[in-house]
Amino acid sequence: MYMIIVGGGNVGLQLAKRLLSIGHEVLVVERDAQTADRISTQIGEENVTVGDGCEMATQRDCGFGRADVVIAVTGEDEDNLIVCQMAKTVWSVKRALARVNDPSHEEIFKQVGIDETVSATGIIYSMLEQQIQPDVLMPVGTLGRGDHEVVEVELSARSPAIGKARRDLNLPDGTHIVWVFREESGGRQVDDHMVFSSGDTLVAIVPRSSAEALRRALAPPAI
Amino acid sequence: MKAIVFGCGRTGTMLSLQLAAEGHEVTVIEMNPSALRRLGRDHGCRVVIGSGLDADILEAAGIQEADAFFALTRGDNTNLMSAQIARLRYEVPNVCVKVADPLRADAYRKLGYFCITPSALTAGMMRDWILKRPFQRIDAYNQLSEELKI
Repeated sequence: MYMIIVGGGNVGLQLAKRLLSIGHEVLVVERDAQTADRISTQIGEENVTVGDGCEMATQRDCGFGRADVVIAVTGEDEDNLIVCQMAKTVWSVKRALARVNDPSHEEIFKQVGIDETVSATGIIYSMLEQQIQPDVLMPVGTLGRGDHEVVEVELSARSPAIGKARRDLNLPDGTHIVWVFREESGGRQVDDHMVFSSGDTLVAIVPRSSAEALRRALAPPAI
Repeated sequence: MKAIVFGCGRTGTMLSLQLAAEGHEVTVIEMNPSALRRLGRDHGCRVVIGSGLDADILEAAGIQEADAFFALTRGDNTNLMSAQIARLRYEVPNVCVKVADPLRADAYRKLGYFCITPSALTAGMMRDWILKRPFQRIDAYNQLSEELKI
């Protein structure tokens, strides 16, 4: 696949190295000539170009028109948004992935049709949130066009799901609890008869719009 | 009318002062406090320091009740992102974006945004002036010349 990475910082460079190592055609677009030079020595100058990935002329010269994936990983959310939006609207690129630095910006990315976003801040925060407060849905990933989420949740003793089986829970439509991890027995598939207990970590697939309803089904009511 | 002007550069300053002088309620959002000196004294505008990409700042500026939003910083992408937040998230009825790059402006005009490209306007008006033609409607100045098209 032909993958274009806009932004040659640490994220862009490491991503390019991995994608190249599994045989993809990769081009990193970096605005700063010195940075571009530096990463050229690591991944080869044929895989790096100096230019502003937000400019249409650069996009044309980089071959946005034949790209399978465009990945925008600069440190500026506004640049990542415009790159992905132009990739989709002007060049009809099928997949456009964006790094989102400020998690509060994720909503506008979704609203303009960029479903695949990654926010390091958001991920680290939700990991901490789970430590502080159990029964929080921790996002593991997204499926399809981003309309479904894979989430992980550790049940506390106060969860309303304790002592119940999957079929007894009032789960939102389209939600599937598929896997459970237990301290003593490790991971296994969830069936309709398995009764949940405190400390179980569940993995579920949930439509994005139902994540809050799933949380209510599994988390104790707020005090 | 309640208007929000994001970016207190030359254009933002002029627009804010002109609207305020006509009795409209203007709120200026500017990241750099020293840029606000351009407004002078007794400018009659409300001022919020911060970024127009930030929901807290936009709400402090009263975007929920705004009739118009102008994105006038020197960053095209900043302007385009904040304009889209204003329209899609806050449903501001009138949104105007300054976009220096004519091609990017063209792409977002196709998405329905009112984009103004100062260089295109200036060049077109200068041409019409020297060729003794009457000035035209803005759409005529926004036409991309063949050399620019991609």
